[in-house]
Amino acid sequence: MVSSDRSSQPISGAALQKEVLKDAVIRLAGNSQDGIQTIGGFLARLAGRTAQEVMTYMTIPSTISGGPSIFQVRMGTGEVLSAGDSADFLVAFYQHSLESHIDSLRERGVLIYDSDHVKPDLSDKRFIYFGVPITGLTIEAVGGSAREKGKNMFVLGLLARMFNLQIDKLRQLIQERFASKGESVLRNALLAFDAGFAYPADSVLKRYYYFEKEKDEDGRVQITMDGNQALAYGLIAAGVRYGAGYPITPWTSIMEILRSELPKYGGTFVQCEDELAAISTALGAAYAGHTAVTGSSGPGLSLKMEALGWAVMAEIPLIIVNIQRGGPSTGMPTNVEQSDLLQAIYGSHGDAPRVVIAPENVEGCFYCAIEAARIAREFSVPVIILSDQSLATRIEAFPEPDLEKLMITPQLDLAPRGADFKPYPLDGPTRHAPPGARIDGKYPTVTGLEHDEHGHPSANPAIHMRMTARRREKLKKLAASLPRPEIYGDQEGDVLLVGWGSTWGPIREAVRRLRAEDKLVGHVHLRHLHPLPNGLERLFTRFRQVFVVEMNDEGLYGFGQLATLLRGRYAYQSIRSITKTDGLPYKVREILEGVRRLSADHVSTFSLYPNL
Amino acid sequence: MSTATADTPPSGEKLTRKVLTGDHPTWCPGCGDFAVLAAFYRFLEQEQIPHEKIVTLAGIGCSSRFPYFVNTHGGHYIHGRSLPFAVGVSLSRDDLHVFVFGGDGDGFSIGGNHLDHTARKNVNLTYVIMDNFVYGLTKKQTSPTSPIGFKSKTDPTGAIDQPINPMKKLLASGATFVARSHAAQVKHMVEMYRRAYHHKGFSVVEILSECVEFYPGAFDAAVPRKQGQFIEIEEKKHDGTPEDEKRHDPSDEEAAFRLAHLEWPGVFGVFYETQRLTKNELEAQLNQRARERVKGKSDLEILRDTFAKMR
Repeated sequence: MVSSDRSSQPISGAALQKEVLKDAVIRLAGNSQDGIQTIGGFLARLAGRTAQEVMTYMTIPSTISGGPSIFQVRMGTGEVLSAGDSADFLVAFYQHSLESHIDSLRERGVLIYDSDHVKPDLSDKRFIYFGVPITGLTIEAVGGSAREKGKNMFVLGLLARMFNLQIDKLRQLIQERFASKGESVLRNALLAFDAGFAYPADSVLKRYYYFEKEKDEDGRVQITMDGNQALAYGLIAAGVRYGAGYPITPWTSIMEILRSELPKYGGTFVQCEDELAAISTALGAAYAGHTAVTGSSGPGLSLKMEALGWAVMAEIPLIIVNIQRGGPSTGMPTNVEQSDLLQAIYGSHGDAPRVVIAPENVEGCFYCAIEAARIAREFSVPVIILSDQSLATRIEAFPEPDLEKLMITPQLDLAPRGADFKPYPLDGPTRHAPPGARIDGKYPTVTGLEHDEHGHPSANPAIHMRMTARRREKLKKLAASLPRPEIYGDQEGDVLLVGWGSTWGPIREAVRRLRAEDKLVGHVHLRHLHPLPNGLERLFTRFRQVFVVEMNDEGLYGFGQLATLLRGRYAYQSIRSITKTDGLPYKVREILEGVRRLSADHVSTFSLYPNL
Repeated sequence: MSTATADTPPSGEKLTRKVLTGDHPTWCPGCGDFAVLAAFYRFLEQEQIPHEKIVTLAGIGCSSRFPYFVNTHGGHYIHGRSLPFAVGVSLSRDDLHVFVFGGDGDGFSIGGNHLDHTARKNVNLTYVIMDNFVYGLTKKQTSPTSPIGFKSKTDPTGAIDQPINPMKKLLASGATFVARSHAAQVKHMVEMYRRAYHHKGFSVVEILSECVEFYPGAFDAAVPRKQGQFIEIEEKKHDGTPEDEKRHDPSDEEAAFRLAHLEWPGVFGVFYETQRLTKNELEAQLNQRARERVKGKSDLEILRDTFAKMR
């Protein structure tokens, strides 16, 4: 946090050592009911307000009440691309928090622990120890609450002092957050915060930390939110007013937001009895002339597949959000994976081309929602947005979108249609006539049966061939309109790293480090996964090796899901896979290891028949 | 509603059977569904609903071909999911009149769960179940309403599973209008359509409609010219006469269950009707309260205010 304006002077500055940080990774470990997400949220928003870069990472237990939970926040002055491989500071609320997370603390890192609950092994000289009776002091400050509420605010105050944060802004954020919850809640929060700030952390540690100030606050306004919020508000900006869903982690928070927000805009979000009903209700709204949304996570997307096929066949625009999680079946519902790519592109029956796009960060979630709505409307096609658990819950600050330019206020098109009305012309785009539009002739029955230009059912082989081609060709037209992605880093050379979705940050950081070692490395990140943009071959052929980095299994043939697609599409042997399946976001180190491993044995892949 | 509707003026076009006739039905000659369709034309002729506001929807099955045969806005959706599809139409377009058609497979088997939830939510639409006690489109398999002993290709020695009692299921689902009719009784069907249409909320009519190909004679017990008896429910007139005591009060749920429990072929007419706020109305109330809170701001202003809190 940059605070050179000295709104919070170190209390006894002269005797203390000032340690300047470029960025810091702070991991908070406790139980889910301790409100550690709240601390992380405050830090992230403070960072956003002070034009800092920030990225967070959290885990939530899949049990209902309690269970260990962490929140990691990384903030700094440079571009923060990942939540950090290891923590510089670890705050441990309990003994189990310490035991589970001490390994994530770097050497010479600072362990801050609640000395009322945690007994660290002080003989381990790798770390700096800082015990504070967090529980006791919080109870003392708030006035004897046995339930230990407010420890999070105490810790926030403690961190504010250690990092010399702008406490005026923090106090303001606390006011905003708790004002609506009643006077006593706000008072207790501020009491605990002040008590934490009053604790002489700096004199005990004999130092305070100070974020290097690299740039001035340039007046650009940042907003801070998580990926699911960005998706939900992006949908609203895109003119989506109707939707339906069924609760499933980690998609649920999007439907919760839409359920309470859409009525303000005159819309409705329906909680349905199951996933099949959810996509069906959304399709009903789309058939009725609206841009509608449904969404889910992996297993729910599978359940929606038959209806998705209908939407492809009937050419009904629809946005389908899929927040990927880990594993098949119930799998690892609160972990991350990118293993729904092939399901998103090829799931359902028959030849059913649809559009799949993936946001690369929280800001991308907002803009993907807008793009998905535009594509769905323009091409009359279902569009799947593939986000994932880590993006869904990760908080980032990004420049406030220009709503004046982006906001779409939807209009129903109920203009009368002439006798020659054809929803599916062979020589033009699909244009439906929603109910309510008068038709001078035959009214359309929108159907999942194969049909002719008028939408009339037909099992004529020539018509099926022509209409199948029509549904394919419109996506090729979309592909031709997509911008070719730019290469970050070296424009030609040894290794091109290709990624999609939430791995954007760690891959970019890995590229920076490799380039610092004088390797010629580039990075291409694909937002448009189906259809792929044209011209990728011209990027791939500039590098000796193309490594596709993704969070899914290498499969039976040794390639992750995007790598499989790219190899099928381009047939380059230089395309290979770096994958992993631990359910956690990529660490930069893991990508570097992958690159080294593959680079070392690249010879074998250049033999056409390695086993002969 | 922020969704501006560039509404077309009422057509002024008179709804006639000729105007309403769509494709020629693909049903087998003699199928009960022809009469169900004819009754629907007649009902629409009587009501003169603006043509472009009528929506006919269906799932999969012989009877679900219905929308093609009616010249109105229509949708032929997937098996069993026509109701949630119709929910999306009804809730997002309160200006439309939504009719859903389907068979016993669509309504009671693959889509059974949707029937329950659409009913309890009281979504404003009319659902017509053409019940023939057999899977016809797939050529004679056991349906959820096939009686025990019915010989089909999936039960060559006779059905062994307890069939659904449609009226009991519909009553238990929380539907606010439940009626039963017979495809051999066109006048009665027209009357049930009329009552269902004018009911505010989820109205459902089960129509026994014979499959002449795979279950001929299934409903003869209720066909007078085949020595059966078509017994209509006599509804209370509240005239204070002693005979009125014996008549059925459609607002009496217990009495409706007693009618549903009668021996085959039972009785026909309105079993149950009650008034409850529709989901359409409840959602509209939520919207109105939300709109009051944002004090008539534009969509742009509302979202900008939300973002201001995230700075």
